[in-house]
Amino acid sequence: MRFWLVAALLAVALLVVPRVGNTYLFDAILTPFLALSLAGVGLNLLTGYAGQISVGSAAFMAIGAFAAYNFNLRVPHLPLLASFALAGLTAAAVGIVFGLPSLRLKGFYLLVSTLAAQYFVQWALTNFHWFANDDPSGVITAPQLAVAGIDFSSSAGRYVLSLAVVATLTFVALRLVHSQTGRNWMAVRDKDLAAAVIGVPIFRSKLLAFAISSFYCGVAGVLWAFAYLRTVESDGFTLDLSFRILFIIIIGGLASVRGAFFGAAFIVVLPLLLSRIGASFFGTTDSGIAELVEMILIGVLIIAFLIAEPAGLVSLWDRGRRRLARLLSFVPAPQS
Amino acid sequence: MSFFVDVLVGGLLSGVMYSLVALGFVLIYKTSGVLNFAQGAMVLFAALTFVSLTEHKLPFAVSLLVTLAIMVALGWLIERFVLKPLVNQSSITLFMATLGLSYVIEGAAQLLWGTEVHGLDLGIPDTPMQFGSVAISEFDLVAALIAATMVAALTLFFRTTRTGLAFRAVADDQLAAIAVGLRLSHVWAIAWALAGVVALVAGLLWGARLGVQFSLSTVVLKALPVLVLGGFDSIAGAIVGGLLIGAIEKSAEVYIGPFVGGGTEGWIAYVVALGFLLVRPAGLFGQRELVRA
Repeated sequence: MRFWLVAALLAVALLVVPRVGNTYLFDAILTPFLALSLAGVGLNLLTGYAGQISVGSAAFMAIGAFAAYNFNLRVPHLPLLASFALAGLTAAAVGIVFGLPSLRLKGFYLLVSTLAAQYFVQWALTNFHWFANDDPSGVITAPQLAVAGIDFSSSAGRYVLSLAVVATLTFVALRLVHSQTGRNWMAVRDKDLAAAVIGVPIFRSKLLAFAISSFYCGVAGVLWAFAYLRTVESDGFTLDLSFRILFIIIIGGLASVRGAFFGAAFIVVLPLLLSRIGASFFGTTDSGIAELVEMILIGVLIIAFLIAEPAGLVSLWDRGRRRLARLLSFVPAPQS
Repeated sequence: MSFFVDVLVGGLLSGVMYSLVALGFVLIYKTSGVLNFAQGAMVLFAALTFVSLTEHKLPFAVSLLVTLAIMVALGWLIERFVLKPLVNQSSITLFMATLGLSYVIEGAAQLLWGTEVHGLDLGIPDTPMQFGSVAISEFDLVAALIAATMVAALTLFFRTTRTGLAFRAVADDQLAAIAVGLRLSHVWAIAWALAGVVALVAGLLWGARLGVQFSLSTVVLKALPVLVLGGFDSIAGAIVGGLLIGAIEKSAEVYIGPFVGGGTEGWIAYVVALGFLLVRPAGLFGQRELVRA
């Protein structure tokens, strides 16, 4: 039942939405939503499932974006999707390096490691001009998006390409968290000592979490730069973006692949909603004030969710559905 | 040689400013085990409030007192509405809550007082004074003096007063502290209020240096490596760590910067802190030996 629901949703998203949607829907909502969702899934694997906090997601996104750009530029005849995969692998390799301290450090001491990644990567990408192909402005236009001869450069095309990539990787993530690897991560998260006693390879699990999470963030970065921003620049991957991705998984639901999508939808739609409300109720289109209100709202929501609903929007959704099911009694309740 | 001394002294003096921010962290961490990410936001809030009050023609002393009262109230509110409901949660959860809190405070501060840059003049001249071959700004000297006074005052407070004793008891063992009748929420409220006061001092000095603006809240990020180096729960460590980070940053920028195109100040502190963590996870003066993963 659940499978068919998801399949139907995907079919609509892939076949119907590109025909009926407009440019605004694709460029301002759906494409950034997909890229952020993927980054959220990646961070959730690391933070939600394996219990290692990171505020460096944007750095790994930047690595992915720049790696894809450079592979595309320097390797002739490389298929676009291959450059996506190579970008993910590059991000994974760097992720392992910055994940190494996790073998010795726990909790928020790890913050320093991931912050180091955030600052160092951004600095290196701006400072060494080779990464940007010696472009004087440091802002590179993303390459043409074509897979197997089909052009995906239009708004709808970029959305479809993002959707395909995100759907595939999300499917893998869903399988992964229910595999032995996923169970190992949760064991490490819940009690590392107990995990070690029952024979979970702690070091390997943690490093694997960093690698896979960085892979996801890397590919998300490619989508963010190529499909959403359409430029590759290190300013597109600030610490603020890292925080937002952390917020996505807190609001959406820690340790839930679906949660990343809920959270990303929320983070993308909230500012648009606020500026609409500001425009229609107060007649002001002051984007500065809307931004500040958004900041306060996000902060309040983070605290509220941590206090009242630590499992995030996902758990609200499930509870709502269960309640609805009881009311209607013919809709099957979701398995938790 | 004298150039090196110049660089070193310059670094040490900017390190004093880092220490000031780190002190606020240590206060909270020592008593409640929370890494308060909102400390930087509190620095911004304090500085903005003070500047805006003086710009509304309030006298210096009155503005200072009002801001002080507001910061104390803010500390109490945070304890009441953020920390209390999250008692007994993991340190990661608490950290994320303070991250959310920092967004709230930053947003509120700017919504309340506007986003433009304010100049702040404390009446301390920023003129260099000659000490032998080294020139030191009078402002930096005053800042260092204030930092030293605050550390001395805080140390005395922890060692000699009843409240300080309660602080140490809570830091040592929360359950035992509750068992002997200490009220955790009171101690925490006082700690957060104190952190607010420290934020005010840091905000005034930083604000006078850089102008009061949004970027003040990012000094919080500079304080993290300081804490790692000095140990999260050591007041002396905050000072020594701050000085070390300041000195390392300046010397690295002068001696390594030219070879890699400059801008090393943004990350060198983190990389040093990271390397240091791998060797000595508890920091220079940290109390608790970190559990090996």
